[in-house]
Amino acid sequence: MSDVANQNADRPKPFAVNWGARLGWCLLALYLVYACAQLGFSPARFSAGLEHGQRFLERMFPPNFTRWQLIASGIAESLQIAVIATFAGILVSLPIGLMASRNLMPGWISWPARGFIALCRSFHPIIVAILFVKAIGFGALAGVMALIVASIGFISKLFAEAIEEISAKQVEAVRATGAGFLSVLIMGVQPQVLPRFIGFATYQLDSNLRNSTMVGIVGGGGIGASLFTAYQRFDFDVVLAILIVIVSLIMLAEILSGWARKVFQ
Amino acid sequence: MQASEIAPGVGSAEDSRALVLRGLTKEYRKGSPVLRGIDLVLPGSGLTAIIGPSGTGKSTLIRCINRLVQPTSGEILFRGQDLAKLSGRALRNARRRIGMVFQEYNLVERLTVMENLLCGRLGYVPAWRAWLRKFPPGDIARAFDLLDAVGLPDFATRRADALSGGQRQRVGIARAIMQEPEIILADEPTSSLDPKTSVEIMEILSKFASERGIPVIVNIHNVELARRFASRVVGMSGGKVVYDGPPQELTEAHLKQIYGGENWME
Repeated sequence: MSDVANQNADRPKPFAVNWGARLGWCLLALYLVYACAQLGFSPARFSAGLEHGQRFLERMFPPNFTRWQLIASGIAESLQIAVIATFAGILVSLPIGLMASRNLMPGWISWPARGFIALCRSFHPIIVAILFVKAIGFGALAGVMALIVASIGFISKLFAEAIEEISAKQVEAVRATGAGFLSVLIMGVQPQVLPRFIGFATYQLDSNLRNSTMVGIVGGGGIGASLFTAYQRFDFDVVLAILIVIVSLIMLAEILSGWARKVFQ
Repeated sequence: MQASEIAPGVGSAEDSRALVLRGLTKEYRKGSPVLRGIDLVLPGSGLTAIIGPSGTGKSTLIRCINRLVQPTSGEILFRGQDLAKLSGRALRNARRRIGMVFQEYNLVERLTVMENLLCGRLGYVPAWRAWLRKFPPGDIARAFDLLDAVGLPDFATRRADALSGGQRQRVGIARAIMQEPEIILADEPTSSLDPKTSVEIMEILSKFASERGIPVIVNIHNVELARRFASRVVGMSGGKVVYDGPPQELTEAHLKQIYGGENWME
């Protein structure tokens, strides 16, 4: 053993030590301790919170479905907001994602497109929803617009990345036949990206369903309004009923999107 | 660019040479040329093999011809028309008359064999037809005929990613023939294939070329295959043509000059 160790003594180290990374980890740990202290996190505060939580949970059971008509109409509106926003968002994202792809587009197109996507991504949907509620008034339209912006920010970027990862060889071969740009897109690019696009689109529908239950809190329509009212009136049993309906809706969407992905694989 | 649109018949009447390269130079980085002034005249028929070590610019040469690579300077006269000066529609119209076969087949993996073959018609068919898959019936009939000819009947609806290497290259050749090309460029068409399949692929390529009177340029690593199938061999080294003649006259001394050294020949 020691012979081997001696052999390696005058050779360079096989695994370089990364002092920068070690320092980074240490700084992160220190900051976490500091931040917890600043915010007053302590075991005492934690146990107080647990007691409060227990009372809250007790008031939630059993869930109260007596106002099911209100819940049903709210959920239906949320679903409509989500589907419309996803459809419109994807429709707009297709050309924007293409324009943002650096392998198919020159810089003077892709950089402005990337800038626009970054702008759409820079605010949380709830902030955009507040903007639209102020701008165009209460109701589902504001919610739809907010989620369209959120969808553009998210899937345009994913579309662009999917397009940038395609095999250039397949595109080159189609281009070599004398095909025009549109034909190259249809026969060389679209077949390569379609399954991933379907995946992103179903994921976005899923995400918009969740977000559509939230825009109502700021006046953007849907179940969120009822949920917020129930919280404010301390009707925690109604809150639980609404939460159960939302969870089942999301799970149903999950099953459907898994099925859609399989079909388009 | 309108002016460079080819007038039918003018070029072909001028000479029977399919392709004339004059002083073709390509620099990917300034000051280090990959091609150093290639002069070549290709006849209107026959199979020309380009041999040479890796990195000597064989692929670049072939890709300059259909402008997948932009040449730095020089002329590429194809039936009398300078391809190096074309762009836009004129370039696409020239490309559709040039079939290309790739080393790694470059089929669109998620499309069926039939769709890949019909890609060869994209220079002629408007995009909306491609999108709706409404290709002219004549094109579809020719595609089926070609599948029979390359020995892949019943493969039309198979997806390209389900094929073996040899099958893919047959589809690749059929796609090039679908263009009804006036010349075929083949970039190392057999380098990813086993020896037996390589011979079969070369046989298909040379059969189409002679049946249809299409000249073929093949980049090839395998000197034996080049000797067997080519009517003419061009040897390249260091971005220049160092041998140009019939395969029978290609001697060990030439090979030594092309590939450098001699130990590898033993």
